[in-house]
Amino acid sequence: MTEPTRFLLSGASLYGERTADILVADGRIAEVGTGLDASGASVVDADGLVALPGLVDVHTHLREPGREDAETVETGTRAAALGGYTAVHAMANSNPVADTAGVVEQVQTLGRRAGWAEVRPVGAVTVGLAGEQLAELGAMADSAAAVRMFSDDGICVHDPVLMRRALEYVKAFDGVVAQHAQEPRLTAGAQMNEGIVSAVLGLPGWPAVAEESIIARDVLLAAHVGSRLHVCHVSTAGSVEIIRWAKARGIDVTAEVTPHHLWLTDELARTYNPVYKVNPPLRTDDDVQALRAALADGTIDVVGTDHAPHPSEHKECEWAQAAMGMTGLETALSVVQHTMVESGLMTWRDVARTMSEVPARIGRVADQGRPIAAGEPAHLTLVDPAARWTVDPAVQATKGRNSPFAGRELPGRVVATFYAGHPTVLDGALNTPHPAAESAGAR
Amino acid sequence: MRHLLSTHDLSRADAIRILDTAEEMSAVNDREVKKLPALRGRTVVNLFFEDSTRTRISFEAAAKRLSADVINFAAKGSSVSKGESLKDTAQTLEAIGADAVVIRHPASGAAQRLATTDWISAAVVNAGDGTHEHPTQALLDAFTLRRHWAKLAGTPSGGTDLAGAKVTIVGDVLHSRVARSNVWLLTTLGAQVTLVAPPTLLPIGVEHWPCTVAYDFDEAIDAKPDAIMMLRVQAERMNASYFPSTGEYSRRWGLGDERFARLAELGLADTVILHPGPMVRGLEISSTAADSARSQVLRQVANGVSVRMAVLYLLLSSGLYAQDATAAHAKESAS
Repeated sequence: MTEPTRFLLSGASLYGERTADILVADGRIAEVGTGLDASGASVVDADGLVALPGLVDVHTHLREPGREDAETVETGTRAAALGGYTAVHAMANSNPVADTAGVVEQVQTLGRRAGWAEVRPVGAVTVGLAGEQLAELGAMADSAAAVRMFSDDGICVHDPVLMRRALEYVKAFDGVVAQHAQEPRLTAGAQMNEGIVSAVLGLPGWPAVAEESIIARDVLLAAHVGSRLHVCHVSTAGSVEIIRWAKARGIDVTAEVTPHHLWLTDELARTYNPVYKVNPPLRTDDDVQALRAALADGTIDVVGTDHAPHPSEHKECEWAQAAMGMTGLETALSVVQHTMVESGLMTWRDVARTMSEVPARIGRVADQGRPIAAGEPAHLTLVDPAARWTVDPAVQATKGRNSPFAGRELPGRVVATFYAGHPTVLDGALNTPHPAAESAGAR
Repeated sequence: MRHLLSTHDLSRADAIRILDTAEEMSAVNDREVKKLPALRGRTVVNLFFEDSTRTRISFEAAAKRLSADVINFAAKGSSVSKGESLKDTAQTLEAIGADAVVIRHPASGAAQRLATTDWISAAVVNAGDGTHEHPTQALLDAFTLRRHWAKLAGTPSGGTDLAGAKVTIVGDVLHSRVARSNVWLLTTLGAQVTLVAPPTLLPIGVEHWPCTVAYDFDEAIDAKPDAIMMLRVQAERMNASYFPSTGEYSRRWGLGDERFARLAELGLADTVILHPGPMVRGLEISSTAADSARSQVLRQVANGVSVRMAVLYLLLSSGLYAQDATAAHAKESAS
């Protein structure tokens, strides 16, 4: 049976602004307009649905190779599709670390075989994430995976000379260094945000200054060497101020915030439930409000999920023993709708900008984050903003059960995701992977 | 609520009920046959992930004097050291039929994890979790202070609190579960608490605690406290730059002979000295102070058994917070 390649998305609200039909044919948007001819096309009723360019995540942990018990490229990209994503950047902290052309090509191949979304491997900055010696960044850039984003995420490139060299070196191939800003000495043994709550709970604190001091250093380094810096998962009000200052000076810095840092606070640590343990940690409500304002005004450019699945035994334990991280791909858009759209801080146009267009630009993903217009690649997400659903980690596609939103009712549901013209998600459920996926016939 | 996890959320009424019950238990401890049948047939497990002989034997004595069956589970050398999780250990204890688990653990929040997960249905008593809380230590400190405070007032201690008492706690507050539990409990009972420590050994956020914070021990003594509680200081802290040397620590924050003598010079005849033990003589406290008549250290140990008896009794026999507990308890006391 051949899968249909022609779809008419009828009556969609483009960016939540104007209603139109979208005709998808052979992987591209053939036409956008009203009263389009549906003949020969499968019709998707998009009445009341907001059409966005397919979402692009700059920060995903797919865990493969090495931790297939936590997630695989297959399960992680299924989760991505269900969350409305058509591209994800797979972080380098796999085992083996994605620090060679071989590993990044392997990850990219796994993504192509899965066929649920475009997988863009992130290359490690340093060999083995050890922070001592540059990985072969050029080889990864020149590989079939064409890596443009480099990060030791999970670990900070804390050596200032190494960070300087990395920033300089990636200029040779239009790369970007995505920094996990965490001064290691100030955060040895850190368990949660350092403040009023950590004082009561007796958990070692992760002070805001440990993030802010690295960001301050790195924006100055980026300015000095004229390179491009991306700051991962900004979590504090102070970091926002530094990035705002850097942008005002014309420094080429972009920044990301996670959905969970837009909503949750360190008050949740009072439960000692490690589902709320994450790095950087949940901060205070003042930080949450500053992050929301910064995302709305463009100081923070993008939302990155930092989707970090863990096997349940790494969370069903004492707080100090637990792994850091939260799943996020399947809840990100809903959390952004709740925190940013329904609060009146952002429009759906802003959602498209911060969750698709700019993420694609930062990762240099040419075919993603494009306008919804004739001739463009058909990466599209249809979301029902009126829907309400309750998060149940047990029924999610990710292997990770560590959602901090478990049991919460969220607004907005991804009804359909089109990846290169093919519906990976239809009627809010997984459909089929893209027919071009190498293993599609074996399925 | 069926557990004792912290003093942070303990109401004044519940605290006083525990202390009053401990007074009754203390009467038992003064008898020739120190035994009550209250918890006959109930099983109390002492689950200790840290070495703490003092606390463990105190809980063991308490449970045995209430006729409970006691199982001591030391995590070292057990399946835990082979990588067994807290969850599996808890479920094992559940299967064995534990009615109460007294847990000492190096991780803050471990007791609360046991109590709030579905791993185990037993009552959980926090016997010290990381740098979070040690509620029975604070209760025995409050018990000791309350007796002293009531004696000065010439009243029986039952039903009373610590209103007006000035308590100064000195030492490594940052890493102290004893300090945290005492700050919450003593202030709940009406005491005015002052913390004295090097700024490096106070947590960020301490300014939100219901107490006064000072850096100068001598000024704190000039304020004429009714009680001084010295906390243990680990000499290794100086390796992490919390203070320059043990000598400097002792001079500024130790209760040495000179500061001890100041108490008498100021005419503070009734000011007592507490220490949760084990003491590091010569570092935070001099032998003169530790062995003086002001020292409550051995009374604290003895009172610890009474307080832990009260906690186990209230949790296991009627439920500390059950609606009918007060009535049932009153009836038992009357009989």
